[in-house]
Amino acid sequence: MKRLMVTLLLTALAMAGCASSSDTLRLATTTSTYDSGLLDAILPVFEAKFGVNVEVVAVGTGQALSLGEAGDADVVLVHARAREDAFVAAGYAPARFDVMYNDFVIVGPEDDPVGIGDAADAVEAFRRIAAAQARFASRGDESGTNFKELSIWEAAGITPEGDWYDSIGQGMGSTLEFSQETGSYTLTDRGTFIAQQANLEGMAVLFGGDTIDANPDLRLLNPYGVMPVNGDNDDLAMDFVEWLTSVETQQAIADFRSPSGEPLFFPDSVEWRSGGG
Amino acid sequence: MCADMRGLVEAFTDALALLIAGDAALWEVVWLTLRVTGAALFIATLVGIPVGVTLGLSRRVPLRGLLIPLIYTGMGLPPVVVGLFVYLFLSREGPLGGLGWLFSPTGMIVAQTILALPLVVGLTMAAVESTDPALPLQLEALGATRRQVAATTLLEVRGGVSAAIVAAFGAIISEVGAVMLVGGNIAGETRVLTTAIVLETRKGNFALALALGVVLLLLAFAANFTFYRLEGRGRSA
Repeated sequence: MKRLMVTLLLTALAMAGCASSSDTLRLATTTSTYDSGLLDAILPVFEAKFGVNVEVVAVGTGQALSLGEAGDADVVLVHARAREDAFVAAGYAPARFDVMYNDFVIVGPEDDPVGIGDAADAVEAFRRIAAAQARFASRGDESGTNFKELSIWEAAGITPEGDWYDSIGQGMGSTLEFSQETGSYTLTDRGTFIAQQANLEGMAVLFGGDTIDANPDLRLLNPYGVMPVNGDNDDLAMDFVEWLTSVETQQAIADFRSPSGEPLFFPDSVEWRSGGG
Repeated sequence: MCADMRGLVEAFTDALALLIAGDAALWEVVWLTLRVTGAALFIATLVGIPVGVTLGLSRRVPLRGLLIPLIYTGMGLPPVVVGLFVYLFLSREGPLGGLGWLFSPTGMIVAQTILALPLVVGLTMAAVESTDPALPLQLEALGATRRQVAATTLLEVRGGVSAAIVAAFGAIISEVGAVMLVGGNIAGETRVLTTAIVLETRKGNFALALALGVVLLLLAFAANFTFYRLEGRGRSA
């Protein structure tokens, strides 16, 4: 009797933990797509069309890719091109597809003590921050934003370290709060900054322009890619990728607005570029 | 069938390798964890034991009926809520912003002391209350001063008191909510074992996260083992 109970319990656990039913799709993505409200705005259409439920796991790019590698996610939507290409090269996904882009900006104390506002590009702005040893907060969490920041330091020929540079290993929201509290500069995606700006008194976009079109540095463009993970659920995963890159969904991404009425993401799939866009 | 066990086994092997290699960053994190938790525990013990003994011995402390439920509530304080309060107090816009303790080990010690104190007070008090109520009376009849009564009672309940200290240690060395909010998880400055585990898990570095978890468990075990031995030796003497 006892043995039967144990067997039943184990079976139940196995079914609960491992069931990979085709009526659920697990999407691993970055906090920026989720916190901005974009996914809540567009996913119900997919769920209704295919009669499935989409589970969203919103984490950093590093963990989103790990979830895919371990088979714990069916689709990965992230923004770190080199890591995405490595993911495909390692055989975890058949291919990577362009989805959309937004941009990064450098924010900090609104009086801009170092004067990065008139820098020619992001590299120059970072050089000025480092030269003045002005405080800088880094995500330090191997997120897409963190990779972008490190690539700018590398381009500037600077190894950021010392008392002025804090690597805090936290999400974008916490990093912005940290920056406000400590008067630090930081690199952020424009969408998260706009979404939180009401709570970030005294901070402003100091480099990157008022809108994405006014951003003087093309390096700060932030492309998102989607990858269907090779696994038990790859038919549905591929359906999702085709839906996300279709002209119809791309139009919905273009129409999406922040609460203050600003566009946060710009459609960029192959279908969009060759067709409707 | 779901993914096999290979990932888990791999993570464990990698974790062991990392521990044996023992790099400097890892030791820095371990050292800061011990410093912060040690300091908080020291302060909580220094304040908490006298308060606990006093409350346990005396039935005439004013507002005792309100104080004791408060202490018992404090024993289950959610670390993240304590972290939030300490954050708001130490923030630049908070009443203690001028101290500059936010995102510093000092701020983390404050938060962990608040978490540890009710545990030390509450468990010490419970241990004292569990002694024979006639003991203080007998001691007083023999001419002992109040201070001597307290000292003798404390000696009598040393097992309960070390349990209080161990419980407080276990609670604060393993909490992540308060140190994350108040410390800010700054590499090389305020990163402790628990916040490092959260970060490495988010990054997908499961082996390193697991290695840090093993270190945390070893520290907890070492502390408990030490206290257990101290207590055991005391009893057999």
